[in-house]
Amino acid sequence: MASLGELERAVMDLLWAGQEAATANTLRDLLAQSTRPQDGSAGHEGKDLAVTTVLTVLSRLERKGLVERERGTRPHRYQAVSSRADHTAELMHEVLGSAPDREAVLARFIGSVTDNEAETLRKLLGRS
Amino acid sequence: MFWTSYFLAVLAIALAWPVPILLSRAQWPARSPFTAMLLWQAIALAGGLSMIGAMLVYGLEPVGDNLLSGLRALAGMVFNNAPTTDLGFWHIFALSAAALLTAHLVFTLLLTYYKIQRQRRRHRELLDLLASPSADGPGTVVLNVDSPVAYCLPGGARSVTVLSDGLMAALEPDELRAVLIHENAHLSQRHHLLLWAFAAWRQALPWLPTTRLAQESVNSLIEMLADDVALKTESKATLIRAIAIVASGSQAAPAGRLAFGESGLPDADPGQPGATGGTGSAGTTASRVSRLLSPRPPLPEALRVAVLAACALLLALPTALLLVPGLLG
Repeated sequence: MASLGELERAVMDLLWAGQEAATANTLRDLLAQSTRPQDGSAGHEGKDLAVTTVLTVLSRLERKGLVERERGTRPHRYQAVSSRADHTAELMHEVLGSAPDREAVLARFIGSVTDNEAETLRKLLGRS
Repeated sequence: MFWTSYFLAVLAIALAWPVPILLSRAQWPARSPFTAMLLWQAIALAGGLSMIGAMLVYGLEPVGDNLLSGLRALAGMVFNNAPTTDLGFWHIFALSAAALLTAHLVFTLLLTYYKIQRQRRRHRELLDLLASPSADGPGTVVLNVDSPVAYCLPGGARSVTVLSDGLMAALEPDELRAVLIHENAHLSQRHHLLLWAFAAWRQALPWLPTTRLAQESVNSLIEMLADDVALKTESKATLIRAIAIVASGSQAAPAGRLAFGESGLPDADPGQPGATGGTGSAGTTASRVSRLLSPRPPLPEALRVAVLAACALLLALPTALLLVPGLLG
């Protein structure tokens, strides 16, 4: 059985790749397909995957603000809140941002670089 | 009592303004970053202690010969409704200010901790989904980003070092190793605790010169400490190349703004961190590189001991002034 973390990742990959919202059933089938080994022998994960597990994963992702549920339809259809690129941009914003209260969240190899510094460093690189 | 509060107030003012300015302009911290780091911590702690102590001692002057008897008398007034007629307006004002400042500092420390933890958790959740494990070790992941980026996200056993695809493409294996050692040094030396404390200190009293200067200097010093760890196994040239490549690649220059470097590296003034604007770490990279290019010997043993003695004195003096008279009497 894949861990919840791996399943969250797999579900998000499917939602990011798919164009439209999907139900837990659809996602379960897609997951079963993608985890089935190439050689045709019985899949060790996908087969056992229950829809309830997918629903658990989806509700965890929903709590984290990563997926949203379409209201009013039954069964519920789920979709990603933002694209993969948007989330990556969110991470980079946090990494490259320079608000004083952000400085303590993570330690960068290189902090914000001023224009002058970057120019000088570029010259340095050209020389070496 | 009066002289104690007077002295503590002078100490508080000295530690809030002239001392940090002098220290931030000094050249020696780059030679012995660890010693300088201890001094900044002593300045911050002694500064806070003497600020609160001065107000407390002044406010309690009419009701006790020393801090402890004064506090006992104050407790009597608060809890047993003893008469407060001995305290004038300014005494009560000073006592309230001391209580408010203490509460403010503790509250800001906790709030900053909570905010940092929340941002880290969110960051880690996204990393779990977006980053793929790296071949460089269990705590290292790779993010699909074109610009060269390397950072570490502290979190106890779940600490993680993040590298971007762009970084892996731009750096040679030895340069990459230098980056990884640098980042792991941040984690193993628990630099995030220092960053937290000084971020909170600045958040609590943003208008005080010492809090900004302290945070900027500490940011810079931890980079130097991590560089020194990397230098133990990697060559100086490797580390400099890694810094230069990452720095020139990660700089996001706004379009239409020309970047003419007027000063060569040797002229770059490491004593003026943040001179170019609000960014806390501006100037750090230049001072790191100039430190690597023209290394100077660490402070002589005697001077280091003197600085450490100054640290101890800074902490012992206000503590002794506050407590010793009460313990002796």
